[in-house]
Amino acid sequence: MNTAANGWRDLPRGAAILKAGNAREYQTGDWRTERPVWNPEKCIHCLFCWVYCPDATIIVKDGKMVGIDYEHCKGCGICAAECPKRVTAIEMIKESEAAAAAKQGQGGGC
Amino acid sequence: MAKRVALTGNEAVALAMKQINPDVVAAYPITPQTDIVQYFASFVADGQVSSQFVRVESEHSAMSATIGASAAGARAMTATSSQGLALMHEMLHIASSYRLPIVMPVVNRALSGPINIHCDHSDTMNARDTGWLHLYCEDVQEAYDNTFIAMRIAEHPDLLLPVMVCYDGFIISHSLENLIIEDDEVVRKFVGEYKPDRYLLDAANPYTVGPLALYDYFFEHKRQQAEAMFGAKRVVAEVSEAYARATGRGYGFLAPYRMDDAEVAIVVIGSTAGTARTAVDQLRRDGIKAGLVKIRVFRPAPVEEIVAALNPLKAVAVMDRADSFAGFGGPLFSEVRSWLYGRTGVPMANFIYGLGGRDVVVKDVLAVYEHLGKLAAGKAGPEIVHYLGVRE
Repeated sequence: MNTAANGWRDLPRGAAILKAGNAREYQTGDWRTERPVWNPEKCIHCLFCWVYCPDATIIVKDGKMVGIDYEHCKGCGICAAECPKRVTAIEMIKESEAAAAAKQGQGGGC
Repeated sequence: MAKRVALTGNEAVALAMKQINPDVVAAYPITPQTDIVQYFASFVADGQVSSQFVRVESEHSAMSATIGASAAGARAMTATSSQGLALMHEMLHIASSYRLPIVMPVVNRALSGPINIHCDHSDTMNARDTGWLHLYCEDVQEAYDNTFIAMRIAEHPDLLLPVMVCYDGFIISHSLENLIIEDDEVVRKFVGEYKPDRYLLDAANPYTVGPLALYDYFFEHKRQQAEAMFGAKRVVAEVSEAYARATGRGYGFLAPYRMDDAEVAIVVIGSTAGTARTAVDQLRRDGIKAGLVKIRVFRPAPVEEIVAALNPLKAVAVMDRADSFAGFGGPLFSEVRSWLYGRTGVPMANFIYGLGGRDVVVKDVLAVYEHLGKLAAGKAGPEIVHYLGVRE
């Protein structure tokens, strides 16, 4: 529990959140048990992943896929499932494996 | 000038809604509420109101659309009965937790099953913990008046909670009664213009309604909601007094009758209060010190008022037009007994009556007072919960 948070008297009436566009601050990436790993070598930039991602975590610049927003990606795996079978530029790996790989300095995606 | 007319309960409440002229009404017809929706739809069709009328496919949608309209900044109303109220149930909690000042007439009708269209209070009693204020009406005049009072209570800046105006199906909704109706200007001035301090259509100040709140915030939001209801009594009293000043008709939390020297009393809600008053007068002529307390405001709970009204007495009966199937009496009995706990040792009995529109006449109420006489004398049996007017 966040004990430093406001008491009930200080909260806006009716559970309203008065600051718009605050969802970005809620980092849902730590919900993830699996992470999508993107291989830029294989990617054909069809952007199916961008279309299907329910959390808008596929980062696109100038019409091209450039990475994944791991602060918000929940690891649902839809991007990997939608990536064309002949391409398979996105693969899901276990977060535990990604952490182990990071420890060995091998990197684990983005 | 106010004038005296004859209207049914539903005609009077539809007229009150017309005079309020809310921005949005989203409603679905259900017996015995149907003619409120029918009359209001014709006011819209005939251009007598400027309201947006939303024809929805269910009561769940009616309440959802009303919630959406209210959050957008509109003065929004709906109306329902029985199964319709039950179908709205989850949305009732949404309306109150987001502090939306919706007013909803509820024409009391039994909940199925078996299916039934007539009066009892099982529908609104089932919604007693939804965070709405509940005003109960005894007659057509009170239903008309409470509709305006409810609107101003709901929109009071210190409160902002939804309000149900409950009145008995058919007994009030379809009976023609003599009442005083007010001029449009009088009631419009009383209700005033609704000016929400924030609303979703205010594009310059975007904010979020209905977010997720987990274990780190949910409890604080509910505590804040509870505080609003703690403060509701002051608002209800203030607005009811303002209505008395505007129209000459005042309503308290309770309506005690011949309680000053009463030794035994009945607590009742709704139209049966009128029948019970006749019984009280009859008993008084026989020298029995009988009294009556009608509850008008059920939420917020009129605790201090009940304690003051029922203390000291020799015996009290609470009449419930609903059963809670708890294995221990009806909802009103449980509540009133709890309100009195530690404040009086008066013996109490519960009489469940009138379910599914079963008629209740003066002689039925006299039987309750007869039991109270025995209870006061310590001669009643151990039974606390009784069923009045049911065939054995």
